[in-house]
Amino acid sequence: MAVKLIRPPLTDAFIRSLKSGDEVIIAGTIYTARDVAHKRLCEAIEKGVSLPFDIKSALIYFCGPTPAPPGRPIGSAGPTTSSRMDAFSPALIAAGLKAMLGKGYRNQAVRDALKQHCAIHLSTIGGAGALLAKHITSAEIIAYEELGTEAIRRLEVVDFPAIVAYDCYGNSVYK
Amino acid sequence: MRHIEWKNIVEVVKALCIKAAYELPPDVLTALQKAAQSESNPLAAKILQQLVENARLASEERIPLCQDTGLAVVFVEQGGEVVIECPAGKTAVDAINAGVTAGYEKGFLRKSVVSEPMQHRKNTGSNCPAVIHWSIVPGDKLKITFMAKGGGCENKSAFRMFKPTAAAGEIVDWVVEVVKNAGADACPPFVVGVGIGGNFEVSCLLSKKALIRSIDKPNADTFYAGLEKDLLIRINRLNVGPQGLGGDTTALAVLIETAPCHIASLPVAVNIECHSHRHGEIVI
Repeated sequence: MAVKLIRPPLTDAFIRSLKSGDEVIIAGTIYTARDVAHKRLCEAIEKGVSLPFDIKSALIYFCGPTPAPPGRPIGSAGPTTSSRMDAFSPALIAAGLKAMLGKGYRNQAVRDALKQHCAIHLSTIGGAGALLAKHITSAEIIAYEELGTEAIRRLEVVDFPAIVAYDCYGNSVYK
Repeated sequence: MRHIEWKNIVEVVKALCIKAAYELPPDVLTALQKAAQSESNPLAAKILQQLVENARLASEERIPLCQDTGLAVVFVEQGGEVVIECPAGKTAVDAINAGVTAGYEKGFLRKSVVSEPMQHRKNTGSNCPAVIHWSIVPGDKLKITFMAKGGGCENKSAFRMFKPTAAAGEIVDWVVEVVKNAGADACPPFVVGVGIGGNFEVSCLLSKKALIRSIDKPNADTFYAGLEKDLLIRINRLNVGPQGLGGDTTALAVLIETAPCHIASLPVAVNIECHSHRHGEIVI
């Protein structure tokens, strides 16, 4: 089976072509956000304040990297546990987010939101932050800098490996 | 009496923090390599190979194994004949924390500690305070064991009080259930630390202490060594597999530690550890 290429911005038609269990590679621009950043994004949506990046058709990576050493764009940069973002993801999906990248399970509310708004959840290799960092070519903090590792970063990635864990049809790769 | 300088401890802890973040210990690397060869599920075998490759890249290219470089957990065994020479106003505990601060700064490691849990959750900026367990033992040595403990797997740990008359099978079933619930979220394949006995807090501490034993070394007591083996077989039949995507490799090892307990009690704690099981020790 050919490995599919995911390159944001993502269209509904493309999301519909992905099935749980598909191995994919990601290229282009993605954004990091984890616990506190998610809370702030949702508060901004609630207040009607504009978000620090265009969430429509975007991909969010649940990641808090180690500091970049001299000469490298980023340190170790693997996924954090996706389920901690369960309370926030449905609002972001409703706002136009098309894909999330993390590790582990999502709850029913997130899975319903994926179905309703045509979006997906991808999983990548937890605990392989060194290997995954090799697929990140640039990183720039674009919001919430005071959060340090939890700040929102714009990443450029190439051949970043992942698997479709939850598709837009309600299917899951997990048994 | 043997005198050990404060600075000496700082340097040793700093070195342990950095080494743990970049170099997977040989016991864990060997277990991953073996699992990659024996795994019957092709996707699981591929993931295990990627984890071995991750360890190679981390060591050779100096990128931390995982972005969660952990809470610093430090076990200190101080020989009764050892005196630690501290600067005015400082203690040996400060030496451990100074070592962690220096290690996480110089090693470009992530500082993952917030100063309080519910109000502002402000990052301390140093990865301190470390969680330190100090014990006094016979002799003139100072043994420092360091573990970088990830948050994702720690979140899936559990505790339960059993009846003192509980059958071994009840405990085995519950431990297997805890591991199953940890699932994909906690980065399998796991190392499972089990503390049996003591009281409420001691069983939890034992489950952590179990994790600092080399994972290829069974419990010295044949009964508990057998229990470790049985648990590992049961856990690896769960088909959770690496990253929760199925396979024969859900855990690399089960390590049990025990302690005496009250006639009314049989406390059991399970500390889930991810495959990036970063631990090391130095004897001064």
